[in-house]
Amino acid sequence: MAFFFAQFLTGLANASSLFLVASGLSLIFGVTRIVNFAHGSFYMLGAFIGITLMQILPGAIGFWGAILLTGLAVGLIGAVVEMLVLRPIYRAPELFQLVATFGVILVIQDLALMTWGAEDRLGPRAPGLRGVWRIFGEPVPKYDIVIIAITPFILFALWYLIARTRAGILVRAATQDREMVGALGVNQAWLFTGVFALGSALAGWGGALQLPKGGADLLMDFNIIGAVFVVVVIGGMGSLPGAFIATVLISVLNVFGVTYLPQSTLVLMFVVMAVVLIIRPYGLLGREEVAGEHGQVGAPDMPIRPYGPVGQALVAALLLVLALLPVFADQFMLILMIDMIVFALFAASLHFILGTGGLVSFGHAAFFGGGAYAAALLVFHTDTPMELAFLFAPLAAGLLALAIGWFCIRLTGVYFAMLTLAFSQLVWSLAYQWRAVTRGDDGLVNIWPSDWLGETASYYYFTLILGVGGILFLRHVIHAPFGYALRAGRDSPRQAEAMGINVKRIQFAAFALAGAMAGLAGGIFVFSKGSVFPTELEIAASFDALIVVFLGGVKTLAGGVVGAGFMTVVEDWLTRLEYWRLLLGLVIIAVVIIAPEGIVGSIRTFWNRIRGSEEEAAK
Amino acid sequence: MLSVEGIHSYYGKAHILGGLSFEVRRGEVVALLGRNGAGKSTTMKSVMQLVRPRTGSVMFQGEDLVGKPAFRVAQAGIGYVPEDRRIFTDLTVTENLEVGRQPHRDGAPEWSVEQLFDIFPNLAERRGNRGKHMSGGEQQMLTIARTLMGNPLLLLLDEPSEGIAPVIVEEMASTIMRLKAEGLTVMISEQNLHFARAVADRAIIIEGGEKKFDGSFAELEAHPEIRDAYLSV
Repeated sequence: MAFFFAQFLTGLANASSLFLVASGLSLIFGVTRIVNFAHGSFYMLGAFIGITLMQILPGAIGFWGAILLTGLAVGLIGAVVEMLVLRPIYRAPELFQLVATFGVILVIQDLALMTWGAEDRLGPRAPGLRGVWRIFGEPVPKYDIVIIAITPFILFALWYLIARTRAGILVRAATQDREMVGALGVNQAWLFTGVFALGSALAGWGGALQLPKGGADLLMDFNIIGAVFVVVVIGGMGSLPGAFIATVLISVLNVFGVTYLPQSTLVLMFVVMAVVLIIRPYGLLGREEVAGEHGQVGAPDMPIRPYGPVGQALVAALLLVLALLPVFADQFMLILMIDMIVFALFAASLHFILGTGGLVSFGHAAFFGGGAYAAALLVFHTDTPMELAFLFAPLAAGLLALAIGWFCIRLTGVYFAMLTLAFSQLVWSLAYQWRAVTRGDDGLVNIWPSDWLGETASYYYFTLILGVGGILFLRHVIHAPFGYALRAGRDSPRQAEAMGINVKRIQFAAFALAGAMAGLAGGIFVFSKGSVFPTELEIAASFDALIVVFLGGVKTLAGGVVGAGFMTVVEDWLTRLEYWRLLLGLVIIAVVIIAPEGIVGSIRTFWNRIRGSEEEAAK
Repeated sequence: MLSVEGIHSYYGKAHILGGLSFEVRRGEVVALLGRNGAGKSTTMKSVMQLVRPRTGSVMFQGEDLVGKPAFRVAQAGIGYVPEDRRIFTDLTVTENLEVGRQPHRDGAPEWSVEQLFDIFPNLAERRGNRGKHMSGGEQQMLTIARTLMGNPLLLLLDEPSEGIAPVIVEEMASTIMRLKAEGLTVMISEQNLHFARAVADRAIIIEGGEKKFDGSFAELEAHPEIRDAYLSV
């Protein structure tokens, strides 16, 4: 019993830092409707800045003063990010905002690397709170007790701020109707900056407060973001009490999980989330979201048309060059091309569900990696012939998409995105922690193709046929009645329903198809590399695909493919630089703000403008 | 006080206002009349800069408002009551009023929460209720009271009588008369000619985003053909 209670206290102590971070994210989302993926970066900054300040300021006053100052500093950084990056894109579609905050993650990562170096830092102990107190005979660290005691005060302070002060009232009003708040004389731009700064400060405090229990390293940002999103989704996005309940739930479960089921801690969290969302799709205390309620529905899309003769000739010429490539290209070039085609197929499958289906999936890597793992597991454990195992890649990914889609399709917008992200994390944590089957981060190796595909050139043709075939198939589906129905459901779900289209079922089928195609790409990938690791399932892998689709252009058919080609080349060149993340991050942010139509979209606009002026001149 | 000169406003490519000009003088109540889709709401939104006129000027107290953010327009002393009310349904009555509060400005009648509860007794009874639990009439009262909390010099009321029980419309009319007596300048947009005549000193009729008539109600009565052409009676 005593041990049980002590475990419970440890869970609560872990909850306090997580709650700070999660409440900040929830607050920011509630008001700005922006899902701030860079929130983990503010947490990481909090840890690093906290350590630096604690080294400068001595003693107990210095320790707590450093924590306080850290929050203020991170809040200030948050305010700057909000003003420079987010202000121009509040009215942009969710994907743009996501991509922009992802750019911020990359920039902060490299800035942290420049400032603090790559070494992990151990957090200093809290002065005067080094030992343990015995509770029912069990040792509990003093620091744990202190932060457990602090947390309710923070919750109360936040509640008071939101519920009782004028600023809080304005914030809640702005959550509901920004424009009206403006029409009543409130400068909502500063309101948003203030909320973003407060949310960032909370993340910073979370990072500084956990220092004596942990430390600071450059992986903290991604490591916490999964847990934070789970908490916010379980609690209900925008709800502070919800975030609090969910944090306690997750943290306590986690501690008991470590004791009794150490190999399942990561999985456990996502299972809880899935259960909660089946019962309450908008979280414990969340409210139902109506799509477009907050005026973020973008301009109507240009109808997609098949290419004219010039476009078709260009595509045919490109295919011819690709088919003849092994004649004159070297080994390295062919491998790069295989990577590019695999990535293009992966991106095209995401583009299919995102651009055509209007469903912003943040967890598409689950299907790419899932397909790769399905094939690799068969080969690794049962020596299945490559041809058969390969077929299982799209099949398993498609089934996985059916399972995940069953949960996610019911939701829309940000909730859909969050849930797909969380499920992809579930798949990742399975691959990472179920070592008996997946070998964890040692990965599955020696997954080579059959002899007839052993040569790079023959595997290149294999890739070319399946990859291009898959992309053309997706293109065909988009131009088929199924694609029309899918686009109708994207642009006007109600009208589509009224016309007799079962929007959800169409989306469900499209989600499964996109998953299967991503799995196909994963299958080609695993046999070209001969191995697969959990990294293929990480958030970062999903984001790579999102960024590629975004860079190429969401609203253009070729967007995913062009973006993938561009990215493969640029990454190959860019990663040779030391601070390539910083550069890439800045480029991404710049594209979001300056050329939000992406590469293909911008070319098209440019082309239309030239043609338009010619037509005018002809008159 | 307010002088609108040749504004052209668009929704996307739809041309809604085609060079509209009019004036509102201090202390008067002006009714903006016209059919559904004549451009009444767009006119009000164009004054508030919620819709940006592409050309023309909106002079208020000698300051051109075109291109300013809406909160600056509100701070300059124009209070706006939207047609669809847009009260904050998750906030209580008192909190809704708090959102509207702005400092006092010279020349404008000053309002406190208690005074407003005096004018709108229904709101006083429901001060702790959330907006979503209120009737249409009460919501309309709340949205007017909320805007008055900003101590405006000029009040823009977009179709205040729409979708409200006749008894409440009567009440609304006497409320507007009381606001006028306090020294507030008011512009209301209306389809209800009867209601407009009861409260307003002057009528402006628009159709297709252009002004068709500007004068007293006596003049309007002398020309029934205008009424028949531009107002659905």
